Amino acid sequence: MSEISNQLENLSFKAQQLADQANDLASTVVETSGGHSDFLIFGITVLVLACFVGYYVVWSVTPALHSPLMGVTNAISSVIIVGALLAAGPIDSTISKYFGLVAVGLAAVNIFGGFVVTNRMLSMFKKKS
Amino acid sequence: MSNLSTVAYLVSSVLFIMSLRGLSHPTTARKGNFYGIIGMTIAILTTVANPGVLSYKEIGTAFVIGGLIGSVIATRIQMTALPQLVAAFHSLVGLAAVFVAAAAFYNPTAFNLGTEGNIPLGSLIEMAIGTAIGAVTFTGSIIAFGKLQGFVSGNPLVFKGQHFLNLLLGLSIIGLIAKFCIDQNPEFFWLIVAASFLIGVLLIVPIGGADMPVIVSMLNSYSGWAAAGIGFTLSNNLLIITGALVGSSGAILSYIMCKGMNRSFFNVLLGGFGGEQAASSSGGEKDDRQPKQGNSADAAFMMKNSKTIIIVPGYGMAVAQAQHALREMGDLLKAAGAEVRYAIHPVAGRMPGHMNVLLAEANVPYDEVLELDEINRDFSDTDVAFVIGANDVTNPAAKTDKTSAIYGMPILDVENAGQVFFVKRGMASGYAGVQNELFFRDNTLMLFGDAKKVCEDIIKGLED
Repeated sequence: MSEISNQLENLSFKAQQLADQANDLASTVVETSGGHSDFLIFGITVLVLACFVGYYVVWSVTPALHSPLMGVTNAISSVIIVGALLAAGPIDSTISKYFGLVAVGLAAVNIFGGFVVTNRMLSMFKKKS
Repeated sequence: MSNLSTVAYLVSSVLFIMSLRGLSHPTTARKGNFYGIIGMTIAILTTVANPGVLSYKEIGTAFVIGGLIGSVIATRIQMTALPQLVAAFHSLVGLAAVFVAAAAFYNPTAFNLGTEGNIPLGSLIEMAIGTAIGAVTFTGSIIAFGKLQGFVSGNPLVFKGQHFLNLLLGLSIIGLIAKFCIDQNPEFFWLIVAASFLIGVLLIVPIGGADMPVIVSMLNSYSGWAAAGIGFTLSNNLLIITGALVGSSGAILSYIMCKGMNRSFFNVLLGGFGGEQAASSSGGEKDDRQPKQGNSADAAFMMKNSKTIIIVPGYGMAVAQAQHALREMGDLLKAAGAEVRYAIHPVAGRMPGHMNVLLAEANVPYDEVLELDEINRDFSDTDVAFVIGANDVTNPAAKTDKTSAIYGMPILDVENAGQVFFVKRGMASGYAGVQNELFFRDNTLMLFGDAKKVCEDIIKGLED
C-alpha cells in the first residue's frame, strides 16, 4: 500500500517535472513568436510526452482490471466537455452555442456513465476472505 | 487563459494519470476512480469559471440531463452487456468531438481562433482532423455496439473492392480537408463529417463478433485521439494529455488482444476472419468421430474426488449468465476439499478483462482468478480442467498444426490436466471455425447443454 502511494507520489512528481519542462518550453516558444499558431509545436511536445506517460502507466495496469480501465478512460476522454462548455458559454443564441450544449449533454452522459459503471465494477472485486 | 486555470488543468491532468495508475492493483483501484472524478470536477469547474462562460442555466440543464441518463444506464446495465455499453459510450465521445469542432468553426471568437471566415490555417487543420477522428469514432462505435448487441449481424460483411473503397474515401477526406482549409466553407466541413461517418461504418462492418475486443479497444483509442485533436484546436494541454493517455491505453489494449490471438492488428482490421469462409475451408474434415459424452452426475462425482480443479470460462459462460451457478459449484467443491482456481485467456469474452468482471460479480475472489501465463504450467499437476463456454483458446492445434487458422495463438494447456470437461451447447466449432482435437481425446468428457443448466445439475449432484 505504502509502496504504491510512494510510486504514485513519485509519478505525480515526475509528471509535474514534465509539465514544468513543457511549460518552460512553452514560454520560450511564446516569447520567440507569440500567438496561437505556435501552440502547435508546444502541443505536439506535450502530446508525445503524455503518450510516454500513458504507455508506462497503462502497462502497469493489471490485466484483471482491463475492463475498469476502459470504463475510466471512457469517462476521462469526455474531458472534451471543456471545449463544449466554452462553446455553450455565450449568452446570445447562436448555432455554435447549441452545438456546444448538445456536446455538454453527450459528454455528461459519458462522464457519469463511465465513472459510475467503473465504480460498480471495482466494488465487486474482493479478496479471498 | 489565466495562469490559475492553467494550473488547475494541470492538477486535473495529474489526477487523471494517478487514476489510471491506481488500476495497477484491485486494492488501489477504487481510489484511482475517485482521483478521476476529482480531476474531472476540477476541469469542469475551472472551465465554468472562465469569463466567457455565462449561460449557466442552459449548461446546467444539459449537464444534469446527460448526467442522469448516464448514471441510470450505468447503474442498470448487466455486466454481461458491458462491451456494448462501452462501445455506445465511445460513440458519444466521438459525436461530442464533432459538435465541439463544429461549434469552434461557427464561432471561432469563443475559442480565440480569430473571426469567422478568418481562422488561422493551423487551427483549421487541427479542427478538421479532430472532426474526422470524432466522426469515425462515432459511426464505428455504433456499428460495434450493434454487432455486440445483436442488432447487426456479428458475421463479417465482406464485399469486393471494400479496401479500395476505404482507400478512396480516405483520400477524399484528405482532399476535403485541404479544400476546407483553403475555402473555410461550411459545406466542406459537413462533407468531411459525412465522409468520415461513412468510413467509420465501412471499417467495422467486415469485422466479426469475436474480434470485437480488439475493435472496442481500438475505438477507445480513437476517442482519445479525438479529444487530443480538439485539445489542439483549443490550445488546451489538459485535453491533449488526457487524449494521449486514453489513446495509448486503447492502443495497448488492442495490442494485447491481438497478441492473445497471434494476429496482427492489420489482419484484424482487414476483417473477414472467422466468417463462413473460414468455417468451410478448415472445418470440414474428421467430423465423423464421436467424442465421449458424459453427464453431470459423472462430472459431479469425479470433481468431488479431485484435489485440484481449474475452471476455464469463456464467452459462452457470459451468454448463458452462468457465472453465479459456476461460483456456487466452485464453493461446493472447495467445501469438499478441492483447490479451485480460474484461468483467464487474454481474449476470453467480448472486451479486455470481461471475464474477470463477471467472476467478480459472482463473488469469486480476485486472487483465485489467474492469467494465462500465471497458471498455464499448473495444468499438468491438476486433476480436472473444467472448460465452460471456451473453445479456440484451448485448442492444441494452435501449437502443432501450421495450417490452422489459429496457429501460434497462445492457448491454455487444459489437455495436460488429468481429466478435461467441456461444457458446450453442441459440437459446432469455435469462432475461428477450427475443429478442436481435444474433444476426441481419451481424457475428455463432453457435457452438452446450456452452461448455466449444466452447472446447476452438477451442483445438485454435489449436494447429494
